[in-house]
Amino acid sequence: MKKFTKIISKAIPLAVENVDTDQIIPARFLKATDKKGFGDNVFRDWRFDKNGAINTDFSLNNPIYTGSILIAGDNFGCGSSREHAAWALVGYGFKVIVSSFFADIFKGNALNNGLLPLQVSPKFLSILMKTVQENPATEIEVDLENQKISIKKLEISEGFDIDPYKKTCLINGYDDIDYLVSKKEMIEAFEAQRL
Amino acid sequence: MGKTLFDKIWDSHVVDAIENGPQVLYIDKHLIHEVTSPQAFNELKERSIPVYRPNQIVATADHNTPTMDQHLPIKDALSRNQLEQLSKNCADNDITLYELGHQYNGIVHVMAPELGITQPGMTMVCGDSHTSTHGAFGAIAFGIGTSQVAQVFASQCLLLTKPKSLRVTVNGTLKKGVLPKDVILYIISKLGTNSGTGYFCEYAGDVFENMSMEGRMTVCNMSIEMGARGGMIAPDETTFEYIKERKFAPQGENFDKKVAYWKTLPSDDDAVFDQEYTFDAADIAPMLTYGTNPGMGIKITETIPIDENPSFKKSLEYMNFEAGASLINQPINYVFIGSCTNSRIEDFRVAADYIKGKQKAKNVTAWLVPGSKQVETQIIEEGLKAIFDEAGFELRQPGCSACLAMNDDKIPKGEYCVSTSNRNFEGRQGQGSRTILASPLVAAATAIEGKIIDITKHLN
Repeated sequence: MKKFTKIISKAIPLAVENVDTDQIIPARFLKATDKKGFGDNVFRDWRFDKNGAINTDFSLNNPIYTGSILIAGDNFGCGSSREHAAWALVGYGFKVIVSSFFADIFKGNALNNGLLPLQVSPKFLSILMKTVQENPATEIEVDLENQKISIKKLEISEGFDIDPYKKTCLINGYDDIDYLVSKKEMIEAFEAQRL
Repeated sequence: MGKTLFDKIWDSHVVDAIENGPQVLYIDKHLIHEVTSPQAFNELKERSIPVYRPNQIVATADHNTPTMDQHLPIKDALSRNQLEQLSKNCADNDITLYELGHQYNGIVHVMAPELGITQPGMTMVCGDSHTSTHGAFGAIAFGIGTSQVAQVFASQCLLLTKPKSLRVTVNGTLKKGVLPKDVILYIISKLGTNSGTGYFCEYAGDVFENMSMEGRMTVCNMSIEMGARGGMIAPDETTFEYIKERKFAPQGENFDKKVAYWKTLPSDDDAVFDQEYTFDAADIAPMLTYGTNPGMGIKITETIPIDENPSFKKSLEYMNFEAGASLINQPINYVFIGSCTNSRIEDFRVAADYIKGKQKAKNVTAWLVPGSKQVETQIIEEGLKAIFDEAGFELRQPGCSACLAMNDDKIPKGEYCVSTSNRNFEGRQGQGSRTILASPLVAAATAIEGKIIDITKHLN
């Protein structure tokens, strides 16, 4: 996993609540057996119509919005456990998703792929969404070390929570497998004691 | 202070804990399928890590399988490759696989309980959010991502923060025509799609105590639709009776020993939950969804609420429904009875009971997709297939089918489908399709009439 460093980027607004993982990556694209290529189909049915024509109303297709931060409505990532959703967002180039609430499984999947699900207050989200929609050039800074997100020009910022273990993993690029495999002896002892 | 059912199982599976961080939780059973496992097998191979406990893993092919002509080679090359990959990965790693055509093949959450793999007190995971189904047995069961599938392969453990506890109590007597599906759709419509996030939910009260195991599975299955990673119901005589003598259930003296342990699992009387909700069974009616998430549900006789929220309006626009309108008499061209929520024998019995002697409306395409080979056999042996054939319904072969439309079972753009599945997301059943979630009874009645009817007026 890549190390997560401080990010300064413009952002793309997605003012929709309850974005489910079927929208992030529709089921018909889940036939691959590797993790590559999902970025091409992220939000496929919102970006394109059934005939493959581009939906110019959708923010990801609007050239005025760029950047590696997605700002989304409440309850992002609900529904299916498909990690393909995280692979699709990372594949497209996102490093941070900002929302006022994340679904559990998506949140874990994102963290396991170096994608930061950054939860802010509904009030901060609303300011952030409006600012970016009105001024797409707005730069956002995400400082994981100090757990702070800032709208640079407005000098507004908010702190955010993250599990300290997960924070260490993101900053150092560690994943859970390394840790669990290192606990093998303890796991064997646990199994023996249960028999 | 007493312990909850969830606490008792969780605490007995903690191997270790990281200071100020997650705990290492031991996983008893790991279920896998073709869609969310290949990348996990690759991950292990790349890192030269062996599968640690292959005998605690059971595999099936379900998400991406055809529901017709299963004996023939799969036409779609990508789907075929995904299934071949599963077979190879299972063979290479000594994992039991019930592949397409096997007598035990079926949807992972139908197959495991019917084989007695699912048992009270266990921790179970699967790369599928509806793993919550198995909580019906008083097990901790939840969906995981593919990175976590790899973690369980490597260590039979997961790093997790213990969720908070939630209890939903429903007491009273359900009205005629109200099925377990209606109970859970009602609960989600009241609590919303994210009220359970961060929680594990226990369902309690006499409604669940009086419910069959299959009904309990329907309820626990949809826990994730209110955000809860898992749902559970305390094991009782109904549970023990269901498990007894199933293929992988403990047998003889061993079974009795297990039952004695299972009886210690229900939440203590003085256990405290972080959050509690209580509902009255008498208020529950047959339900329908009108929007694009499972929380957007109403009683069949109610009208669609009026809400100015832009996401709500976007949802109604997608469904082409008007706020304030009723769904009664809405013409419907597609009906799907199946999915890990409602594809067990009791679901088909309910449908057959209503359908018997009637004819499907001409405008309707009605697919019945059993949850497993065993359910398919039961349908035939009990004579239900004859009823379905006569009424013009199409009984297909087992699989996830039109619930997520990964295979060819897709609802065309713009069409409505009254479906017994679990998700009404945009395009879930095919690009541009519009899903209305309902019970097998409401689905069967819709197929007969070709439109939604008030089922409460059609029951004796």
